[in-house]
Amino acid sequence: MKNCLVVDDSKVIRKVARHILESLDLSVSEAVDGQDALTQCEAGAPDVVLLDWNMPVMSGMEFLEALATAKLEARPKIIFCTTENGIGHIKAAVEAGADEYMMKPFDRETLESKLAIVGVI
Amino acid sequence: MIARREEGAAREGVSRVLNSLLEARTGQTLSENRSWRTDTALRPVLRAHGFASIDALIARLLTTRDAALEDDVVNALLNNESSFFRDLQIFDMLYRDILPALHERKRDRVLRIWSAGCSTGQEAYSLAMQIRKDADRWKGWRIEILATDISTAAIQQARSGVFCQMDVQRGLAIGDLLKWFEPSGDDWKASDELRHMIDFRADNLFAPHAPHGLFDLVLCRNVLLYFSADRRRKVFDLLSRHTHDHGVLLLGAGETVIGQSDDFMAHPAFRGAYGRRLPIMLEGSAGTRRTG
Repeated sequence: MKNCLVVDDSKVIRKVARHILESLDLSVSEAVDGQDALTQCEAGAPDVVLLDWNMPVMSGMEFLEALATAKLEARPKIIFCTTENGIGHIKAAVEAGADEYMMKPFDRETLESKLAIVGVI
Repeated sequence: MIARREEGAAREGVSRVLNSLLEARTGQTLSENRSWRTDTALRPVLRAHGFASIDALIARLLTTRDAALEDDVVNALLNNESSFFRDLQIFDMLYRDILPALHERKRDRVLRIWSAGCSTGQEAYSLAMQIRKDADRWKGWRIEILATDISTAAIQQARSGVFCQMDVQRGLAIGDLLKWFEPSGDDWKASDELRHMIDFRADNLFAPHAPHGLFDLVLCRNVLLYFSADRRRKVFDLLSRHTHDHGVLLLGAGETVIGQSDDFMAHPAFRGAYGRRLPIMLEGSAGTRRTG
């Protein structure tokens, strides 16, 4: 079973994402900020990371930068999931190495299609 | 108990009037799974035309011939749900197998595609993006993409190329969004290059004006499920008349030609696609003529 790490400081978003992801037969782990996510990735890389932008301690972009130099078994696919909807933010995320970008609010169909695009389902 | 029975009868009456209007105008029926959403679908029509209730709307439909109102009701009742690259595996097969095979097959360097029942245009735009992605392969070719739908509102939106945030997130890879769309207020607008590739037209599959000649690729996906068996046969007849001998027909997931058309059969090369069973008979020809 493939694993998705949901990184978001909002408990509600993590809960909604978990509900959808589990219904798609993915196992789910959670992180509350970028630093927490990085620690978990170094312990065992997930297949895909659903990544918020604005978080305390370490933001989504800072996590991406740190991930680039981290020692990982395999690089996970990264799907940004954020309220930052401007084209500038989207371009910056893609340039920083995000594989996909999902704007909040999202629904099951949107998340499912993003997971299909990155080849996780 | 009596009140509930009366309410049920009134609802049935509303459904009958709406169903009859929808069927007369589009050939579609208001299936059970769509009738529950009638109230929601018609809410904007009630607001726009100043009706206090659905009953008032029905009374007007029954007593007055109001073409504009009928158009709005029909447009509201049609299911315009669509998404970019819907059923990704189909588009993978198109890109990987079908389009290259047609490229190989067509000596006249003309590729004609018909998206029948295109809704708000995502399917046609997805095809246009796939072709542009292989620009070198199609250099020097004439590419024609015809996209038709019964809903004038859907065609208007498709033609505008403007999609809301939710629409562009469904199925569209972020790289394609950045490459082919630009922000337009809170929405996103398809590039002129894509929009100019597609000829969007409002048209009825039972009284078609738009499709002329033969197409190499016909997509009629998630359309037939709204028709009766008899009407499905008529649509297959129409599709058959416009599909090249070497042409490929794609239906929606769960839709099939089996038991509904003698003109098509499972395509020998492309899983899930259909091809013509027999060469097409062209008007005025003594026998059959292979084209393309």
